[in-house]
Amino acid sequence: MSIATAFFYIFAVVTIASAIMVITVRNPVHAVLFLILAFFNAAGLFVLLGAEFIAMILVIVYVGAVAVLFLFVVMMLDVDFAELRAGYAKYLPVGGLIGAILLAELLLVVSAWTIAPESALRIGERIPGDVTNAEAIGRVLYTRYVYFFELSGLVLLVAMIGAIVLTLRHREGVKRQNIGDQVARDRTAIEIKKVETGRGI
Amino acid sequence: MPPALAIYAPIFPEIFLALAAMALLMYGVFGGDRESEVPGWLAVLILAATGALVLMQAPGAVQLFDGAVIVDDFARFMKLLILGGSGFALILSFDYLRDAKILKFEFPVIALLSTVGMMLMASANNLISLYMALELQSLALYVLCAFRRDSVLSAEAGLKYFVLGALSSGLLLYGCSLVYGFTGTMSFAGIASVLQTSGSNIGLVFGLVFILCGVAFKLSAVPFHMWTPDVYQGAPTPVTAFLAAAPKVAAFAMLIRLVEDAFPAVATDWKQIVIAVSVGSMLLGAFAAIGQTNIKRLMAYSSIGHVGYALVGIAAGTPEGVKGVMIYLAIYVVMTLGTFACILAMRRKGGHVEDIAELSGLSRHQPMLAFMLAMLLFSMAGIPPLAGFFAKYFVFTAAIQAGLFWLAVLGVLTSVVSTFYYLAIISKMYFQEPAANFEPMPGKLRFVLAVTGVITLFLFIPINLLVTAAEAAARSLF
Amino acid sequence: MVEFWNSYGFPLTIILVQSLGLLVSVLLVVAYLLLADRKIWAAVQMRRGPNVVGAYGLLQSFADLLKFVLKEPVIPAGADKTVFLMAPIVTAVLALSAWAVIPLDDGWVVANINVGILYIFAISSLGVYGVIMGGWASNSKYPFLGALRSAAQMVSYEVSIGFVIITVLLCAGSLNISEIVKAQDTAYGALGWYWLPLFPMFVIFFVSALAETNRPPFDLPEAESELVAGFMVEYSSTPYLLFMLGEYVAITTMCALMTVLFLGGWLPPVNYAPFTWVPGVIWFLLKVCFAFFMFAMVKAIVPRYRYDQLMRLGWKVFLPISLAMVVIVAGVLQIFQLAP
Repeated sequence: MSIATAFFYIFAVVTIASAIMVITVRNPVHAVLFLILAFFNAAGLFVLLGAEFIAMILVIVYVGAVAVLFLFVVMMLDVDFAELRAGYAKYLPVGGLIGAILLAELLLVVSAWTIAPESALRIGERIPGDVTNAEAIGRVLYTRYVYFFELSGLVLLVAMIGAIVLTLRHREGVKRQNIGDQVARDRTAIEIKKVETGRGI
Repeated sequence: MPPALAIYAPIFPEIFLALAAMALLMYGVFGGDRESEVPGWLAVLILAATGALVLMQAPGAVQLFDGAVIVDDFARFMKLLILGGSGFALILSFDYLRDAKILKFEFPVIALLSTVGMMLMASANNLISLYMALELQSLALYVLCAFRRDSVLSAEAGLKYFVLGALSSGLLLYGCSLVYGFTGTMSFAGIASVLQTSGSNIGLVFGLVFILCGVAFKLSAVPFHMWTPDVYQGAPTPVTAFLAAAPKVAAFAMLIRLVEDAFPAVATDWKQIVIAVSVGSMLLGAFAAIGQTNIKRLMAYSSIGHVGYALVGIAAGTPEGVKGVMIYLAIYVVMTLGTFACILAMRRKGGHVEDIAELSGLSRHQPMLAFMLAMLLFSMAGIPPLAGFFAKYFVFTAAIQAGLFWLAVLGVLTSVVSTFYYLAIISKMYFQEPAANFEPMPGKLRFVLAVTGVITLFLFIPINLLVTAAEAAARSLF
Repeated sequence: MVEFWNSYGFPLTIILVQSLGLLVSVLLVVAYLLLADRKIWAAVQMRRGPNVVGAYGLLQSFADLLKFVLKEPVIPAGADKTVFLMAPIVTAVLALSAWAVIPLDDGWVVANINVGILYIFAISSLGVYGVIMGGWASNSKYPFLGALRSAAQMVSYEVSIGFVIITVLLCAGSLNISEIVKAQDTAYGALGWYWLPLFPMFVIFFVSALAETNRPPFDLPEAESELVAGFMVEYSSTPYLLFMLGEYVAITTMCALMTVLFLGGWLPPVNYAPFTWVPGVIWFLLKVCFAFFMFAMVKAIVPRYRYDQLMRLGWKVFLPISLAMVVIVAGVLQIFQLAP
């Protein structure tokens, strides 16, 4: 067993275990922390795949930004666990039924699994050896897939405008600091004195 | 235009619209006056200019970005409908927004960006571009639904729409990934050719089902209609008008291209689903609307029914059927906008009212408004020679030609049932003691009502023009 | 067995030795930087600073270390014990692990990975977890407020740091840190390093680094006049030591990052003898010390920001400027065909 394989199993096991913990632990803050652990190990799996750029972006975006806000919100929430569990018991039969149906369907799908010959061919398209990961992504992201790139930009723009328009409230009668006014203030209002070093005033 | 940019000419209207929306955003942020109608009117102008750009394009199909986008006659037809629907819905919005104190420049900006998404949906020719365009459209709509943020109903509508919409996007995406996994390609043409050679298998059908579930949600078709009444009722009325018109067209455009271009080889599979959804929508639209007392909820059930009728055309799966759907959508948009112009005119001193009972005796105070509303409702029910009759006529004939005789009969029967509740409103307006009078109708609403009313009343004269255009557009798909 | 040793055991041992060597030297450097911090602070205020333990207080840091380790750790009764103890460990480990990709000299780097700069950025963006976890797990008001402040602050300034890094990457054309340093190796010596052509970005990076590491004047998470000691209120003994250690290592990392991004890493300031005779690692150390001196001076002479001012600076000043600079730099590189 090579070291890469060993690391694969470590990362994979920790990812799955922490993913299970995310949905089983009682404390939501712990759940988010386990989610972060899962992200982290997924990044490790990406590194093993040779996709180090995606691995780092995963950590920066999901762990460094998204999960922080997530944790932020969860910590502020006042979650009543007893109430949650009461609902859990009530919906268990229905949920279990749906879950069972989905499982049966998935089994059907898996039993009919055939991998298209085309997709097998695609896997063969490897990045040329002398090109780094980031460069390889850049080469197609801004040329072949520029349409999707621009479109996602528009989606994010809408999200930003929406977030602002739905939450921003201009409160009346609040004193605001105006840096420009402060800086442009008349110099006669203050007196500048030269103080000799080490003497004090 | 430099030659390097000339290849993008086919999607120049969308690029223009997106850039203009951003320019409008800049104008709104830095333009000073925050409570003015100027951005809204600019947005209407932008939509008109975009429509002109679409009209100026040469006929024929062009593919762009590795086949991610296709611009053909079908797409152009749908885009013009979308632009018209958005533009008139924007004209409807001013007075309501002013009354509700939410006349902000963000409203037209978001509506424009949503329109960009809808236009790209009509042009989507690959699973990713389909999903991305759909998300752009939906995200903007979620925001618009919650736009009246001080109203609990509006916030509820936005939240409900968002949560269920996200779920349906998830279903759609899951379906896309299954289809991609089983065919190895994202492009519609590629999927179609793979299916041609290898035939269908159960995994692929699963993917198809998930995709259709997602689309059915966006169409508000049964059994994914539950959000519709609440969202229609809770959202600010102009947003409801916007929601009921253009996005439906875009979703239909997307669905038609998807099933006709990507899945012709498994037509029997998707036809079953479409027929089931269509039957459910027609029945629910006809029966559930009867007990409604709120006119916006009634419009929600009515739109569910209309979606069911339009789906009959897709179930036919022929060029005739697609032509029928396109005619249906064109007429549906006109009727819906007209009806919403009437609903927005239900205004008293205290604000807007939405109860159907408030319409009692309207013919006594405002005979013109009552007449127009009656005509629009008759048209919705499909009474000849109003426009709505032709809409149903072409769809049902296509179904009969495709051998779906029973579906057409069911459609006619549910239309008859739906006539019941339309007639109930009309009898209230004409034969009941008058309630208090409404405020006089603002000029913008009059304008929209006049345009849509004239089209509804007199479409039977130039109906051939519409049929020819729809026929040419439908042919580009087959 | 021999084969196993040759293919895995030997390289692994080398990496371990390298890491250990780096760890010890970083900790040593940090110990003296901490002393320097206090000495500079004292000098500005015309005090003597630590001067009792060892000559000129040179052993002060080690005395502090012993003191912290030997004291009794107190864990509040209502605290979430696991998270409470994990927080300082996370802080310290993350701060130290960033050093794996920093080149002290040409080739003197433990892991010369292609996306080194992203790695450092990722690690530094994780630093916030130690603070949040510590603040939350303490189950007490001041630490929680400190943690919330810190989360908002660090996420805000990360954005502008990200954009600053992007401008540097545009100029250097690589995500590998050694390559970034080599890209600054021009005939102009110190004038060719990126601090001059990208001066506004250099300033933004410096200020954002202060905020990112919770250094004064942005030490709102532990503002003693409002929050006692912020997220560290309930910490004592070794956990507290780990927090302090993590904080100072993170500061040193930021200084090193500033050195490699803007101050030419191990490169000599003038490309002629006798400057070229000095080993690169010495230049690197000198530059890190210079950067740290600036950090220390800022701490000594600038009063603490108010929280709204802090947010205003991050979102309304730095973000637009750095975003505009990304566009401008990319445009200039494209127009004059300077892009590597």
